[in-house]
Amino acid sequence: MRVIAAMSGGVDSAVAAARAVEAGHDVTGIHLALARNPASYRSGARGCCTIEDANDARRAADVIGIPFYVWDLSERFHEDVVEDFMDEYAAGRTPNPCLRCNERIKFAAVLDRALGLGFDAVATGHYAVLRTGAEGVELHRSVDAAKDQSYVLGVLTQDQLRHSLFPLGDTPKPLVRAEAARRGLLVADKPDSHDICFVADGDNAGWLREKLGNRLPNTGGAIVDESGAVVGEHEGTVGFTIGQRRGLRLGVPAADGRPRFVLDIEPVSGTVTVGPREHLAVTGISGIKPRWCGAAPTALEGTVQLRAHGGEHRCRVTVGETVEIELLDPAYGIAPGQAAVIYDGTRVVGSATIASTRRAAA
Amino acid sequence: MSRPEQRTVYLDHAATTPMVPAAVAAMTAQLGEVGNASSLHASGRRARRVVEESRETIASVLGCRPGEVVFTSGGTEADNLALKGVYWSRRAADPGRVRVLSTGVEHHAVLDPLHWLATTEGAGVELLPVDRDGRLVVDALRAALERDPSSVALISVMWANNEVGTLQPIAEVVELAGEYGVPVHTDAVQAVGAVPVDFAAAGVDALTLTGHKVGGPYGVGALLVRRELGVTALLHGGGQERDIRSGTIDVPAIAGFAAAVELAVKEQATYAARVGALRDRLIRGVLAAVPDAELTGSPDQRLPGNAHFSFPGCEGDSLLMLLDARGIECSTGSACSAGVPQPSHVLLAMGRSEAEARGSLRFSLGHTSTEADVDALIEAIGPCVERARAARA
Repeated sequence: MRVIAAMSGGVDSAVAAARAVEAGHDVTGIHLALARNPASYRSGARGCCTIEDANDARRAADVIGIPFYVWDLSERFHEDVVEDFMDEYAAGRTPNPCLRCNERIKFAAVLDRALGLGFDAVATGHYAVLRTGAEGVELHRSVDAAKDQSYVLGVLTQDQLRHSLFPLGDTPKPLVRAEAARRGLLVADKPDSHDICFVADGDNAGWLREKLGNRLPNTGGAIVDESGAVVGEHEGTVGFTIGQRRGLRLGVPAADGRPRFVLDIEPVSGTVTVGPREHLAVTGISGIKPRWCGAAPTALEGTVQLRAHGGEHRCRVTVGETVEIELLDPAYGIAPGQAAVIYDGTRVVGSATIASTRRAAA
Repeated sequence: MSRPEQRTVYLDHAATTPMVPAAVAAMTAQLGEVGNASSLHASGRRARRVVEESRETIASVLGCRPGEVVFTSGGTEADNLALKGVYWSRRAADPGRVRVLSTGVEHHAVLDPLHWLATTEGAGVELLPVDRDGRLVVDALRAALERDPSSVALISVMWANNEVGTLQPIAEVVELAGEYGVPVHTDAVQAVGAVPVDFAAAGVDALTLTGHKVGGPYGVGALLVRRELGVTALLHGGGQERDIRSGTIDVPAIAGFAAAVELAVKEQATYAARVGALRDRLIRGVLAAVPDAELTGSPDQRLPGNAHFSFPGCEGDSLLMLLDARGIECSTGSACSAGVPQPSHVLLAMGRSEAEARGSLRFSLGHTSTEADVDALIEAIGPCVERARAARA
């Protein structure tokens, strides 16, 4: 096959590209330029968008011996990922921009362009496994549970999966690093990237305050307990996440002296509700905008993962107008806007965006 | 998987062109020799002689005096030396001279030093408009000069544009500048060997040229600069090159550079006729294969080796990649050293939209170009454009 290898400049995508070559594919490396102004994105080895990263990717392509180009997708990225991220926060939700990037950029804009240019597939360094099953290509968790990235791929459709390659899914990360060193890829020792690539200093709340400006849903309000009594003040709900405990600076101590957590954020009134941890327990989720990896299910029992590095929760799923997920193991700190990725064993069934949650009766 | 062996069709001579055998011979003859050209002993004198003969060669073919040739590490350094060195010198003589007049289509080796002068030295940099072909609007220069001639430190206008190949009206610039006694610098790295360039006859005060664009080595170039024009040094040290450019003289590179310049200038007319005909064949062929492609730049005031097109509905990046996969090498002309391709400032200055700028490619011919190269492009361009259009994200 003719394969586009998306190379971030990191170790994973470099080894993935090398493996695609070894598997006999005709591979061309590309690096995505996602920032109009590279300096405004994460610097050093942490992000995926700096000049240094582009150079690292180029050197890796040299070593592997494949052609290499930089594709400028900064406009699409800004419109589809950065602005969406801001819009979601402005509406009081908590989106995951990495899923959005996979859905709209890596496996959409890049894939479309690759197919248009005569390529057959896009290879990335994600830790996930593709298998051919009865109903087509199945997406599974990687063998390295600690590195598994099937969650952020849970937005891919069958058509996207059929044109994807994840050459690292069968290998634990330490072996990938060792393999990079053996292949002479200098990126072998580069630290993993974390956090959001377009927030340069990792301060999401500060970034949102600056970028949203007068689009902020509010610039302050009351922190109340479940009885409605005011227990503190804040300078804008944009700094808060459901389940957050630290940094609340509550003026009034809890009657029982136990720690309190953010239970609810009401962006329009700017009200933040706090309470004990057990009241965070979510037992049901309503999801919207489902994306199925294969045929849409009507009902299933399986598991659901609710954040990128979160655990699995056993669940019952019913698909109708919305995706109703009944959690058999409660989940804590779940916010609208996050993605719920549904699994059947190791297989990703699909995903939905969390619209609302139901709490255990208090 | 290795791609099948295919012939490389090199259509990027404006980026760099292969060294000519005479330059390789002249350079390699010096590589095994010893002698610092500043040393007083026999080896030093031998090295010095090579340098001075090279200087005389360049001076004689380019119409300047040997003492007006200042060797540098290349075009970028020569441009920096001309702009900063002349600006500082002229301002030192009269603190009111703080304006620099240039154009919006200059190479980054001119634009970036100007930007630096503006932001750190308080220079008033005015980038004058160009017409749709990329030629300086001379009336704008006249107006800028007339507004306050005594405040102008320097005018810098390139001889020929590196992206679209447009020749600038240097004679008119020199004439206007002469009326007000303002010195003129010109970046002629693309012009030497391609069109007639004579320093004295042109009447410019400083001229940039570089080795690797004329069949010489990388890493060497020169600023031709009139003795009467003060130039403040950028590099301080041993006082070489009239104390304008310190640093141990690179004898082998200079020998190769001089051989290349001599050959290029002597063969300029033959080269222009041969390569110009190839260029016309290329333009006809591409326009026939892609009827809605548009030739960018001037139809007649143009470098003989330059063909630049905008392909509507295409990403230049995609097209470049598809051609590269067929062994055909060209350029988008955009500054992508920063990793992120930016639409060409030259095309934007010429009034093109960002979309047009992104859909553009430059094909540049040189001394090794053949009809077969041109025909390979003509054969490939139609299908590649079709493909690139289909792939537009």
